[in-house]
Amino acid sequence: MKKSGAPLLVFVLVLVFLYVPILFLVVNSFNEARFSSTWGGFTWKWYMALFDSQNRDLWEATQRTLIIAMASSAASMVLGTLSACALHWYRSRLQQANYGMIYLPIVIPDLLMGISLLLFFVALGVTLGAVTILIAHITFCASFVTVVVLGRLQGFDETVIAAARDLGATQWVTIRRIIFPLLAPGIVAGGLLAFTLSVDDYVITFFVTGPGSTTLPLKIYSMVKHSRELPLINAISTIFLVVTFLIVWWSQKLTRSSPS
Amino acid sequence: MLLTAPTLFWLVVFFIVPTLAMVAISFRPTTPYGGFGEGWTLDAWKALANPNYPVILWRTVWLSLVTTVICLALALPIAFVLGRLQGKWRAIMLMLVVVPFWTNFVIRVAAWRILLHPEGWLRESLVALGLIDADTLLLYNQGAVLMVMVYTYLPFAILPLYAAAERFDYSLLEVARDLGAGGLTAVTRVFIPGVSRGLLTAMALVLIPALGSYVIPDLVGGPDDEMIGNKIAQRALGDRNLPQAATLSVALLVITLIPMMIVYLLNRKERNQPV
Repeated sequence: MKKSGAPLLVFVLVLVFLYVPILFLVVNSFNEARFSSTWGGFTWKWYMALFDSQNRDLWEATQRTLIIAMASSAASMVLGTLSACALHWYRSRLQQANYGMIYLPIVIPDLLMGISLLLFFVALGVTLGAVTILIAHITFCASFVTVVVLGRLQGFDETVIAAARDLGATQWVTIRRIIFPLLAPGIVAGGLLAFTLSVDDYVITFFVTGPGSTTLPLKIYSMVKHSRELPLINAISTIFLVVTFLIVWWSQKLTRSSPS
Repeated sequence: MLLTAPTLFWLVVFFIVPTLAMVAISFRPTTPYGGFGEGWTLDAWKALANPNYPVILWRTVWLSLVTTVICLALALPIAFVLGRLQGKWRAIMLMLVVVPFWTNFVIRVAAWRILLHPEGWLRESLVALGLIDADTLLLYNQGAVLMVMVYTYLPFAILPLYAAAERFDYSLLEVARDLGAGGLTAVTRVFIPGVSRGLLTAMALVLIPALGSYVIPDLVGGPDDEMIGNKIAQRALGDRNLPQAATLSVALLVITLIPMMIVYLLNRKERNQPV
């Protein structure tokens, strides 16, 4: 069959489109000149500037972001694993509704989740801050962990459980020695996904944050919005990029290394 | 049953109840202190007739639809190429397409803002080449909003279409060619119907988040490119008119339910059809 070149051309052009802004940002983080119109030579100074005492709030925001991400991924790993097991092994009419409820937070625009949580917290008179951010993050992360663990369960060999029971294992021993080790890569991959989603989130956090609880994406956003310290944004973004790549790469490795 | 209880409880309290609260608050009166009062009123709903809102609602739907069409048009050839590749090359190319989207969303939009910046390299080179006037801005216009929306939502179109193309039998195209169909006819009459399921999913996955855009028009758009998300944020956090923010959000929720229902109904119809 004659292969037309048109789809391949689109493919290459789209790849260029996808990479240009990101590469531009990375290259400019090493640019001595303040504006990208000129190349002033290679420098590490924007990275060094991140350690200046006037940029202390950046590090505080980073710390807060990481704590919230760790707490919300831990909580959503528990919630997500429980609901994935329940959805996989038990079927009832209520479970059907539960299915819908797990998927809805993933499909609806994040903006709607943010505003509804804001209105809910205001109606209850809850003070907005790190705790409300944590609650919001657990809510959307739990759904994602459920979906990842469910995917792992779909390839689950049920006969292993039956074999364990036949050999005299109690239910608790079966869970601890058989089910849990087999599910572990799925749970960890789900947890890593939750971690990156939590670190990444801007929209929902923006609605439920309170005074003094800025996270890193909120901080970057306000710097971008007011076009302040553009070279610093390049440097932070490049670090952010490298760290996310490492985490995603690790989680992909985990998902692929299936013992089954 | 006990297993689902914690997650079920969590989602009811922090997802279902807040959504219902949002609907309820849209019927509450405003208070000068930035909250909402007792009693019920249609004031916030009547205020939607304010000529501003229909224009913005329409713009939101229009921009989202155009974004969806462009994303699908770009994703189809990409899925076509990816689906035909084999083994190692397919994995490498798929990786190349997906990697940019591991980047933080705000950073990706920021990267565009920096690239299109008035004092940036791109604009200055275009001016130097005489391609644009010295006073043309690349930022703060609808074109910039549309381009960054396509950039952001493209993977949501590529991935489901790739999944469908992977299962597509490419020898069918050869059969079509042997039977006398031209290259383009073979693609439109055989390939596109073959990946229709993926096309439907891709449509919904791009359209739904696009309708809820807020960050993109805020960072790369001008005052005339605001979408409903911007108005919701302004009402909720700017002038603190919570009932108005709630009505706009309920309107957005209803609009996003339309593509969800279409996908659900079409998928069900397809499943009930005998193969």
